[in-house]
Amino acid sequence: MKKTIPRPVISAEEAVSFIREGMSVMIGGFNYGGIPYTLVDALAKSGTQNLYLIANDTAYANDEHPEGVGHGKLIVNGQVRKVTASHVGLNRETGRLFNEGRLDLELVPQGTFVERIRCGGFGLGGFLSPTGVGTVYEEGKQTLEISGKKYILEMPLRADVALIRAYKADTWGNLVYIGTNRNFNPLMATAADLVIAEVDEIVEPGELDPDCIVTPGILVDVLVLKGDGYYASRT
Amino acid sequence: MLPALDDEIVRHRIAKRIALDLEDQAVVNLGIGIPTLVSDYLPSDRHIVLQTENGVIGAGPIPEKPDLRFIGAGGRPLSLVPGSSIVASDFSFGLIRGGHLDATVLGTLEVDEEGSLANWWIPGKLVPGMGGAMDLVTGAKNVYVATTHLDKKGRPKLVKKCTLPLTGVGVVTTIVTEFCVVRRQEGKMTLCEIAPEVSVEELLANTGMTLAVSRELRTMLGI
Repeated sequence: MKKTIPRPVISAEEAVSFIREGMSVMIGGFNYGGIPYTLVDALAKSGTQNLYLIANDTAYANDEHPEGVGHGKLIVNGQVRKVTASHVGLNRETGRLFNEGRLDLELVPQGTFVERIRCGGFGLGGFLSPTGVGTVYEEGKQTLEISGKKYILEMPLRADVALIRAYKADTWGNLVYIGTNRNFNPLMATAADLVIAEVDEIVEPGELDPDCIVTPGILVDVLVLKGDGYYASRT
Repeated sequence: MLPALDDEIVRHRIAKRIALDLEDQAVVNLGIGIPTLVSDYLPSDRHIVLQTENGVIGAGPIPEKPDLRFIGAGGRPLSLVPGSSIVASDFSFGLIRGGHLDATVLGTLEVDEEGSLANWWIPGKLVPGMGGAMDLVTGAKNVYVATTHLDKKGRPKLVKKCTLPLTGVGVVTTIVTEFCVVRRQEGKMTLCEIAPEVSVEELLANTGMTLAVSRELRTMLGI
């Protein structure tokens, strides 16, 4: 998609229509913080199938929220064929579907997960990490010894689309974040072919202090204003 | 048989003892469960910086008016102490892996004689994922294990060799239970402090790993 200035501000429904069956989708967030809830809810409603979800965790699905919270809904709905994440313990459906052989699950240490995305976004072919050496995580992975220390060779991660959450954007797509909502969002903005950012507010260029901008607008394709859902309005 | 202590007393005793171990200016990551309670006992005369894996450096207690845009690793709302900063996850784990953390405090299912620990998965049960635990134990200078001495079935959690999938190999520096403080000294797990309710013999009889007994063995601090 060719970028335009100002960045298009579209509805969540229209934004997720870019996500087609079978695509890989990165979704920002840690626990319940920093999830682009409005976009994710729209994606859940769209029913788009066979997705490859790349997210730190699979958010929530439990007795209190059997329908799921955030991208936990995509799992509950059966829209996801594969997940790459560091933690899926708060979404009971992820483990259940995996055990039933209906979901492909790749678990990655959190630091490795985010660094793989950084590699994908910054043109690196991979990296060497000491994390997980000597554990079951190492099994089946290539290792290298550098100066007497063993490392696991880790490969980059990219996606077709990234759904991210920021606090404020300007019309050029520059983004700032608030609090612990930041988490994986700035990294995912570097590592997808199409980057859609959900924000609280859109201001004019020059209103955001260039020294404080975390994600330069050249990385962001489309803007969506957050909705008034329970979590969207509280995070 | 080890004496039965009240659950809350156990949790707080372990947390308090670990807090007393943290040095002035230490940068510390606290895991979920008993480790979270460590923050309630930080000595007021030391400046200790709490880091959370989701990007806070300088985390404070739960605020009166929680703002869900500021949460800790377990999802608990947190406050920011004056002088705190917030980074993205790549930077947070760069700090963790890069050796910029003085200590991490984690719970465990098993910890063994070689300092390996297993705390992320019981095969046969739903797999939760390792989250940030493998990075934390790999990168932090000191790895504290905060755990009850026995599991719910009365079996020692300090074992000769872990049987569950490992989180890290040979990384644990200190183990604190309600009955003892064990430190890895010259490669050996060494009993350094013991609670007043138990004798060394009783403790060793309920511990799976071989423990050296420190010549400076003392009563557990903070009780």
